[in-house]
Amino acid sequence: MKKTLTLTTALALMAGSAWAAKTDVTIGVQLEPPHLDPTSAAAGAIDSVVYSNVFEGLTRFGPDGSVGPGLAESWEISEDGLTYTFKLRAGVKFHDGTDFEASDVVFSLDRARADDSTNAQKALFDGIDMVEAVDATTVKVTLKNRQGNFLFNMAWGDAVIVAPESIEDIKTNPVGTGAFTFTDWKQGDSITISRNPEYWGTPASLEKATFKFISEPTAAFGAMMAGDVDAFYSYPAPENLVQFEADPRFKVLSGNTEGETILAINNKMEPFNDVRVRKAVSMAIDRQAIIDGAMFGYGTPIGTHFAPHNPDYVDLTDLSPYDPAAAKALLAEAGYPDGFETTLKLPPPSYARRGGEIIAAQLREIGIKTEISNLEWAQWLEQAFRGYDYGLTIVSHTEPMDIGIYARPEYYFQYDNADFQALIDKLSVENDPAMRSDILKEAQNVIANDYVNGYLFQLALTSVVDAKLNGIWENAPTQAIDLTGVSWSE
Amino acid sequence: MSEAGFLSAALRSRNLMLGLALTAIFAAAALISLIWTPFDVTELKIAEKLQTPSATHLFGTDHFGRDILSMIMVGAQTSIAVAFVAVGIGMGLGVPLGLTAAARRGSLLDEVIMRGNDLVFAFPSLLIAILITAVFGPSAFNAIVAIGIFNIPVFARLTRGAALSLWTRDYILSARVSGKGAARISVEHILPNITNLLIVQGTIQFSLGILAEAALSYVGLGVQPPTPSWGRMLADSQTLISLAPHMALFPGFAIILTVLGLNLAGDGLRDLLDPRIRRVGR
Repeated sequence: MKKTLTLTTALALMAGSAWAAKTDVTIGVQLEPPHLDPTSAAAGAIDSVVYSNVFEGLTRFGPDGSVGPGLAESWEISEDGLTYTFKLRAGVKFHDGTDFEASDVVFSLDRARADDSTNAQKALFDGIDMVEAVDATTVKVTLKNRQGNFLFNMAWGDAVIVAPESIEDIKTNPVGTGAFTFTDWKQGDSITISRNPEYWGTPASLEKATFKFISEPTAAFGAMMAGDVDAFYSYPAPENLVQFEADPRFKVLSGNTEGETILAINNKMEPFNDVRVRKAVSMAIDRQAIIDGAMFGYGTPIGTHFAPHNPDYVDLTDLSPYDPAAAKALLAEAGYPDGFETTLKLPPPSYARRGGEIIAAQLREIGIKTEISNLEWAQWLEQAFRGYDYGLTIVSHTEPMDIGIYARPEYYFQYDNADFQALIDKLSVENDPAMRSDILKEAQNVIANDYVNGYLFQLALTSVVDAKLNGIWENAPTQAIDLTGVSWSE
Repeated sequence: MSEAGFLSAALRSRNLMLGLALTAIFAAAALISLIWTPFDVTELKIAEKLQTPSATHLFGTDHFGRDILSMIMVGAQTSIAVAFVAVGIGMGLGVPLGLTAAARRGSLLDEVIMRGNDLVFAFPSLLIAILITAVFGPSAFNAIVAIGIFNIPVFARLTRGAALSLWTRDYILSARVSGKGAARISVEHILPNITNLLIVQGTIQFSLGILAEAALSYVGLGVQPPTPSWGRMLADSQTLISLAPHMALFPGFAIILTVLGLNLAGDGLRDLLDPRIRRVGR
């Protein structure tokens, strides 16, 4: 009798522990944020930790990149499109217990657009003329002129709402309105956030979340395999993904990023100032071989500097198909029948180092000999980005909607085309969505037809996640690891 | 010892024979790779990547579909060339410095040379090698210079120490009495008598040079791609080690066996050439 009882108790205990769902999560990330104020630095690592988890804005990005209500539950836009009246959620409290009111919105937006503001994306607030608190839960924003993407701008991590009471220590002790409160930061190791019981919306399913900083790909692999981390966001070594995919304990998420990976060409340097040479380089490149060889199949080929998941994207890969024979003919036509020698400077990421070796081999096929040098980021910035001392280089441009860099002749690839610059000027004052779309498409065509750079592929966002963990974002419409909807399943 | 006696002693030394055999294998691989390799190491065949060892690819293929055997053969070339030139630099500068210091023993010049050597010696060699290649940019040439500089004090000290003891010998005294200058005595009488030591040390330094080149390439500061290098092959295999262990094993074994071979050869040569150990050893 006694024995049976013990057995039953033991069984019950075992069952109990098996059924108690895990309530904490550890997420591996590569970069540690320099501090925790998303409104005063460009570092994406800050947003990764705090966006939506700790801080919220008037509007917010959803996992698909759509813009929805955040701290503003609704808004009205005046007929002329110049006045936005935001209705704020009532009863929202900051983590330190102070009330969230219209005055906090006025404070945050005025702080971001002030002359001495250190906000990394001040352009988001350029169009704002005036921000007023109508009453405790109503804010009126007046714009200088019509702006098609104002609600989109307000969803950025740089536009989150902060409180004047806690602004002093925001860099080390961020106080927001989100579903998680900041708990602890072990410098060089991890940041912990905990569930906010007072949260205004659906409370988070997780009680505690830890972001662990692991920069080495080999260490990331070990941590994931050993179960030290439950998920690794933006996993740094695509070659390991095959193994994770084959392992039932894990799932691999593959989504879009804003990272156009290009073979940047020094447009002012001989012989690359000849468009035929640039076209030859583009046609000597086999994009699929690079995606397979350097990224182990993860990535989408691109033919211009634009993200393929954007509705305005034009597929221009046919302008530079892989055709070594035609490329060789073009080189001969440009006066280099035997090719030439140039430099290929590679920053540390594996897409550049591995991609560089593949491109060097492909260029050798048409007679272009490259001298590869592997550089650290600081050296790369100094030599290639600021010093223009390079022939070719590989880098991924991860900012969203950054085709405008081609309108800056001093930018490191030194493309100077007055027509293109006029096009971008036109875009910045255009409000009509249809017209904007036309301009963007034309801009993509111009740079693709000028063969400014070799357009390789769109970087994929690959994350490795425990098979039982749900709700991690697949795409990266913005830098964020939103944990509000993440939960464990049985 | 007569020539025949020397040869039979050499043949009887198991260490020496094993060391020389291993060294010869890699030297042969490097030489053959100058004219022929099973596959072209600059041609990438992405479709054939990460193949395990097979009849076609004896050592398998790497992440770009290159034949690892071919890469190791060409990598041997790189390693041997870098280490050879680096030891050459060390001997070429270190030996004359050591001879001069010994000839002018006790003088200010001796002090300057030897303290200068101490200064270079004080830094861990790999650290300075990293510094040099980081400042002047990563390249094979800078790697050779960096490794070479650290061979200078090794040879300078060895030469000075050995030469000092010779300077007190009677035959040197008679050479001086017959009117030979210090420089001539150093070249005609001292140098031939320390050649044994230099050969032994050279062999050891050669193996250290191979290790240093592999270490520099591993951290990306040595020979730049597409030239194959054992160190970089190891670095490339790092994240793939669980998926394709052969990518790490073969270059790893190549490094171990070459260094082991050179060290055994060095040891064996010392046993054979060093008059102090020669009789006791047998």
